[in-house]
Amino acid sequence: MGRKLLTEHINVEGIDTFDVYRKHGGYRSVEKAIKTMTPDEVVEEVKKSGLRGRGGAGFPTGMKWSFLAKPEGVPRYLVCNADESEPGTFKDRQLMTKLPHLLIEGMITSSYALGARTSYIYIRGELLYVLRILEKAVAEAYAAGFLGKNILGSGYDLDLHIHPGAGAYICGEETALLESLEGKRGNPRNKPPFPAVSGLYARPTVVNNVESIAAVPVIVNEGGNEYAKIGIGKSTGTKLISACGHVKNPGIYEIEMGVPVEEFIYSDEYCGGIWKGRELKAVVAGGSSVPILPKDLILKTAAGEPRLMTYESLSDGGFVTGTMLGSGGFIAMDETTCIVKNTWNFSRFYHHESCGQCSPCREGTGWLEKVLHRLEHGHGQMHDIDLIVNVAKQIEGNTICPLGEAAAWPVTAAVRHFRDEFEWHVTHPHEATRPGAVYHGGLVLA
Amino acid sequence: MTATAPLQFSLAAQAEIKRLLTHYPPERSKSALLPILHIAQAEFGGWISSEVQDLVAETLGIKPIEVYEVSSFYTMYNLKLVGKHVLEICRTGPCMLRGSDELTEQLERITGAKVGGTSPDGNFTLKEVECLAACGFAPVVQVREKYYEQLNTPEAVDAMLDELRNLVHRPILSWEENGLQNSLQTAASV
Repeated sequence: MGRKLLTEHINVEGIDTFDVYRKHGGYRSVEKAIKTMTPDEVVEEVKKSGLRGRGGAGFPTGMKWSFLAKPEGVPRYLVCNADESEPGTFKDRQLMTKLPHLLIEGMITSSYALGARTSYIYIRGELLYVLRILEKAVAEAYAAGFLGKNILGSGYDLDLHIHPGAGAYICGEETALLESLEGKRGNPRNKPPFPAVSGLYARPTVVNNVESIAAVPVIVNEGGNEYAKIGIGKSTGTKLISACGHVKNPGIYEIEMGVPVEEFIYSDEYCGGIWKGRELKAVVAGGSSVPILPKDLILKTAAGEPRLMTYESLSDGGFVTGTMLGSGGFIAMDETTCIVKNTWNFSRFYHHESCGQCSPCREGTGWLEKVLHRLEHGHGQMHDIDLIVNVAKQIEGNTICPLGEAAAWPVTAAVRHFRDEFEWHVTHPHEATRPGAVYHGGLVLA
Repeated sequence: MTATAPLQFSLAAQAEIKRLLTHYPPERSKSALLPILHIAQAEFGGWISSEVQDLVAETLGIKPIEVYEVSSFYTMYNLKLVGKHVLEICRTGPCMLRGSDELTEQLERITGAKVGGTSPDGNFTLKEVECLAACGFAPVVQVREKYYEQLNTPEAVDAMLDELRNLVHRPILSWEENGLQNSLQTAASV
């Protein structure tokens, strides 16, 4: 049983209230940081912890913090990215619903480290009911003197506000999020300048994922070095994994980095295997954007080593035989899953969610959806398979924000690993469109 | 011919808007646009007409076009008249793997509405949406502030529809008024 750094108390009755949360050691990191540490010392602990951004990119959080510009007399902001929208990912929703005070504690301690006097949590609009939970918790934190003026008599002031989006995957991209927070369309900004220099209201801003912020209290309490002892290499600490699709026990699991993928899928401590006694066919390990891998390659690397739940192990082999940990949105697919249909579904998603600013993405995602639709529905030609790879390659790297890559990678990976299934859709259009018929490993399952 | 009274927010909504405006620097009050549009949608029957958008523009002291360009960007804002309940059915991969296509067909059959349209009795509007971040509890439907999860049996779907048939929406403006119970499932997971 691994250590639970974030979720140890998540099922304690009333843990969503200030009093119960406080009784279980809540808000200690705020006291420790504000009373005994300078802001720079807090940043130093986060650097030592090796914590990497939990939203998907995996960029070291402490380093991101150290880039924040600090011109005299100019306000700076911390914005929490709670726009959880990457298909397969639902960890932040669970964390905020059940442990709202953990996020708020993390926001206070982090804001202190960064010298922010006003901070925001930008939560996706669909989660308005979670916004209400957070607002209640924020009100409790104000009443207890952990927010507002002169926190704990230290002279440090902080206001924390919760801000809803309104339905747009793109607002999970940090500059689109900032545009949205300013009351505009969520169009990503050209970079540079990066938010660390010119972010919210053109002020220096740090944007961090919910889970990253939620890890700050334990890092401050136990020290960055202690945190870094958990995990393997540059994958330190614990990670929340959202398990979904065809696993027997879908849900959120807090794992120590380094759990073997095979154990994660098949152990009763985690997913409990594949539902209905079926075979695993493929996994999308880090949210819909990351390359899909067939069973053999998700369980073992191309070199035959067991694949581990770490940033490095999952990306072993690059995109040829590897994938990414991403956001930890772990989507398992059983043998009855049609890879072509699934790829079309994801392409429709990215087409729907493209903001439309950059032509390669706006037009390319539409092409991907359209061509995949005809392949799935038995109207495809053999050259369509190369066409979607070609279109994906022309989107990749040619857009302002990473939505382009996010749309391209699932397509190129699906063709790379399941080309025969795409070809079968072209050569056997009648069979491929028969309800329930699925191509799997050279066999047709009816 | 009698002139219609000019649109206005209820006193409760005005108070909430006033509170929201304290969240942003005074010269950046446009930041409150998205939350105010949510309030407007809740206040004026689940959708936002162009008159309502003009009211929002006036409230924030911005040009109507600044509201239109935002309201048309975000999928949660309904810009056309909708039924009493808008059922937002998640159609993205993880929900599809657990039966969202079948769920959509079932809802169309029971309600008599087609996706994008409203049932003849005016009760239900069906809308397909992308990932609702509840993939572990698929398939999922959102109705206003409530998530209905694990709708993979006819019984679960019936229970949702029965609950909705008897439900009168009232605008929820702050956490103190959130009467809807969203229960999160727990399994072996947290």
